[in-house]
Amino acid sequence: MKFRFSSVPYIVWSAIFVVVPLILVAVFGLSTTKGEFTFANVAKVSDYTAVFVRSIWLSLVATAICLVIAYPLGFIMSRYDANNQRLLVMLVMLPMWTNFLLRTYAWMTLLENNGVINSILEVFGMGPFKMIYTQGAVVLGMVYNYLPFMVIPLYSIMTKIEPYTLEAAGDLGANPWNTFTRVVLPLSVPGITTGITMVFVPSVSTFIISRMLGGGSNMMVGDLIETQFLGNAYNPNLGSAISLVLMVFILLVMSLMNQFEDNDDRGGMLI
Amino acid sequence: MKKRILSLLSALVMAAALLPVTALAAGTGIDTSVLDMNYYGRYKDKGYSISVYNCGEYISDGADGGLDVNKAFEEVTGIRVIYSNYDTNESMYAKLKTGGAVYDIVVPSDYMISRMIAEGMLQKPDMSNIPNLKNIDEKYLYQSYDPTNEYSVPYTWGVLGLIYNTKMVEDEAVVASWGALWSEAYMDNILMINNSKDAFGITFAYLGLPINAESTEQVDKAVVLLKEQKKVIQAYVADEVFDKMIGGEAAMAPYYNGDAVTMIADNPDLAFSIPVEGSNLFTDCLCIPKESQKRELAEMYINFMLEPEVGLANTEAIGYSTPNTKVYELLDEETKSDPTAYPDEESLAHCGYYTYIGPELSLYIDSKWAEVLTADEKYSAMIMPMFLGACVAGIIALNIVRATRRKREE
Amino acid sequence: MKWYAKLYTRLIFIFLYLPIIVLIIFSFNESKSRAHWAGFSFHWYRELFHNELILSSLRNTLIIALASSVIALVLGTMAAVGIYAMRRKWFKSLIMNITYLPILNPEIVTGVSMLLLFVSFGNGIQKFNSWIGGTALSFLQLPEMQLGFVTLIIAHVTFCTPYVILNVLPKLRQMDRFTFEAAQDLGCSPKLAFYKVVIPEIMPGMVSGFLMAFTYSLDDFVISYFVSSASSQTLPVTIFSMVRKRVSPEVNALTAIIFVVVLVLLLFSNYYSARKEKQMMRKEGPAV
Repeated sequence: MKFRFSSVPYIVWSAIFVVVPLILVAVFGLSTTKGEFTFANVAKVSDYTAVFVRSIWLSLVATAICLVIAYPLGFIMSRYDANNQRLLVMLVMLPMWTNFLLRTYAWMTLLENNGVINSILEVFGMGPFKMIYTQGAVVLGMVYNYLPFMVIPLYSIMTKIEPYTLEAAGDLGANPWNTFTRVVLPLSVPGITTGITMVFVPSVSTFIISRMLGGGSNMMVGDLIETQFLGNAYNPNLGSAISLVLMVFILLVMSLMNQFEDNDDRGGMLI
Repeated sequence: MKKRILSLLSALVMAAALLPVTALAAGTGIDTSVLDMNYYGRYKDKGYSISVYNCGEYISDGADGGLDVNKAFEEVTGIRVIYSNYDTNESMYAKLKTGGAVYDIVVPSDYMISRMIAEGMLQKPDMSNIPNLKNIDEKYLYQSYDPTNEYSVPYTWGVLGLIYNTKMVEDEAVVASWGALWSEAYMDNILMINNSKDAFGITFAYLGLPINAESTEQVDKAVVLLKEQKKVIQAYVADEVFDKMIGGEAAMAPYYNGDAVTMIADNPDLAFSIPVEGSNLFTDCLCIPKESQKRELAEMYINFMLEPEVGLANTEAIGYSTPNTKVYELLDEETKSDPTAYPDEESLAHCGYYTYIGPELSLYIDSKWAEVLTADEKYSAMIMPMFLGACVAGIIALNIVRATRRKREE
Repeated sequence: MKWYAKLYTRLIFIFLYLPIIVLIIFSFNESKSRAHWAGFSFHWYRELFHNELILSSLRNTLIIALASSVIALVLGTMAAVGIYAMRRKWFKSLIMNITYLPILNPEIVTGVSMLLLFVSFGNGIQKFNSWIGGTALSFLQLPEMQLGFVTLIIAHVTFCTPYVILNVLPKLRQMDRFTFEAAQDLGCSPKLAFYKVVIPEIMPGMVSGFLMAFTYSLDDFVISYFVSSASSQTLPVTIFSMVRKRVSPEVNALTAIIFVVVLVLLLFSNYYSARKEKQMMRKEGPAV
């Protein structure tokens, strides 16, 4: 085929708008406001180790919860008949059509001291519980917003597991637990890794959820970057350095994850 | 199925895109008979527009039956207003400094005006094009932040104080001091302002230090107190304070008197106090950024904002006090005597303006504020490098294992 | 299905829809505050059609989403065909890695990097203009670069195109290479063969890629936040500036409307395809 060159516009486009900007991040991160080369910004990122550790910890917890919730759901969904499957997938995706800021805002209404949940609990003589402005609220926000990203890959990989396979495992003497660990789990590994990636990356870099549900004192890496560029602390060079560290961290974790998925036919997943 | 969704979707998009923006536009009801229409009519039908960058909810927008000021300006002058909001002086500064977007009007506070003047970010309006400047009370002009009064035209003034819920704070003596914000009796019921300037200003005042930082030692003293305060704070908030205080979510929060007026109107249980240690007095001014190419249109907008009718609509809608004598005369007696909106000289005795404290000290304060917000745990600075190193090692190890396994298989 | 499976599914859906229900309920609240319920009213739905800021943001959002997903569709499909035809393996995997970058990179980093690009580019143009301004070549002065529609569309195309590519490529791989050759043997020119054979084969991938691009563009906040300006705010950016203070209930009303429209649309398409399937089954006879 002689269509090799039809990708030229895209290659040019992504060179200008993907590669160059990322190089710029590195350039800004490694220079002073006057444009001289320096490692000072990158070194200063270590002052914010606490923020990095908190972000990573909270998003790991959120990712784990998503996986635990979504795994059974994905499996249950994949066992329905075609019509119901379509309906369920639609229902999982539908919340994403309402603005995610507003959904998070709605959680504020639910979680507040005088909010909907506490008002309902009060009727039963319980509470009030302090729910908003805790780390738990931040994790909840992440789980809520990114759960569909975990469900969909798991579901689509599990539709490929034929019912006959499970029956065969049973016929060959495997109990349900063995069927799960020996058949279902190994077959669903690609879905798990995709799901983890799709939940972990946006969680670790969010700045909205932590700000709206975390109350300012649960600062995360995203907040830190945002305040350096468009917020109070205005310092794009430091902001670039933090972005650079975050990016390197995520790409490394990602490629480490890909190593577990022993698959030569990836057509170029990272590294 | 997808095709069908697609066609429906695109039909929807088309319908929405055709939706006229000025749908249902009606007259704003501004009284043009008192306006100098020769002055305002100069740029009619030229298709001009100006871009106004103002603080959130800082203008009368026609809600609750008030005058829609921007629409009225469009109606009177034929100049389209592109209006957008920021939430703090600092974020406005950052957006301007980053470049990219050009604005013709911004509304910074005193200290930010002096900073922007110092950094050459403002241009001088031609004050003779703003005849309504004569409406401004002399005592708000030629202030420390703009001693020659060449860059700024006062829009509102106010004072930082404590807004509190009288149902939760019964003793007025408590809120007579900034110490209330450190009181364990109100654990988890205190909202703190999420803005380094005011947070440090309050702490300095409480410590009896000047509200403008003079040295890093002074800042460090405040940092100790601010970190101590963390355990009693429910959240660090900016404009979220409205919902929180009106909804009775917290007992007290430091905020500006003009917003306190709005909040008290929505929830009569709230009250406002200016602590005896003194506080920050501020003016917010209309200014024209350096990059603006539309100085004359911007001057017209500024002049329009100083019209008595417009000023009255603004001050009534946003609750902030007006420096405009003509507007003050139009106010009803109840507002004029409201100690929240127009506090007497005595309670303002110890209050002062912020001034720009220079780049080093500002950066120091900003980084210390980030530290207050983040560092409740201490970790070794080596954690991240070590973790990244471990990832690299892991990738290499896995690849080696795989390569050897493959070789063995062959 | 076992009862506990059903219960579990329901519980999760309650979790997913709870905030949305709260949102919709509060769109009927008479009062502006979300803390108090002041009675049922359609007030905010009427207000919505008078709120220029929200309406113009909605319009911006739709225009940008449509423009950038169409550009992304063309660019992405061409790219996918080209990548599929590439021979050099290392180059192919390099391009694929770059394609994955905008997807895997945190949005905030993409946003920040775009901001840096546009601002540096704008500064470059300014320098170029002032340098060339004094000379005889001053007619070559470039238009000033400002954040706005153009930068938004560029940014959206950049993060949307990979989704199109990743949807089209698998369809190309599934395609039988020989049909294309057969069409040429039967006298088609390569171009005609491409339109007659290849395009229909990859159509489903193009459609789902386009839909994905459109959805992501509609919903994007973080990247738009960094590259937009006053005159080109998209709906999510406008909502963010409101969320900081008080969300005006008109936005709740708008969300309720969008939600219901999408729900109806999806239910309809679901019903339609279910019916079609049944007809097919009837035609082919029941599967035994």
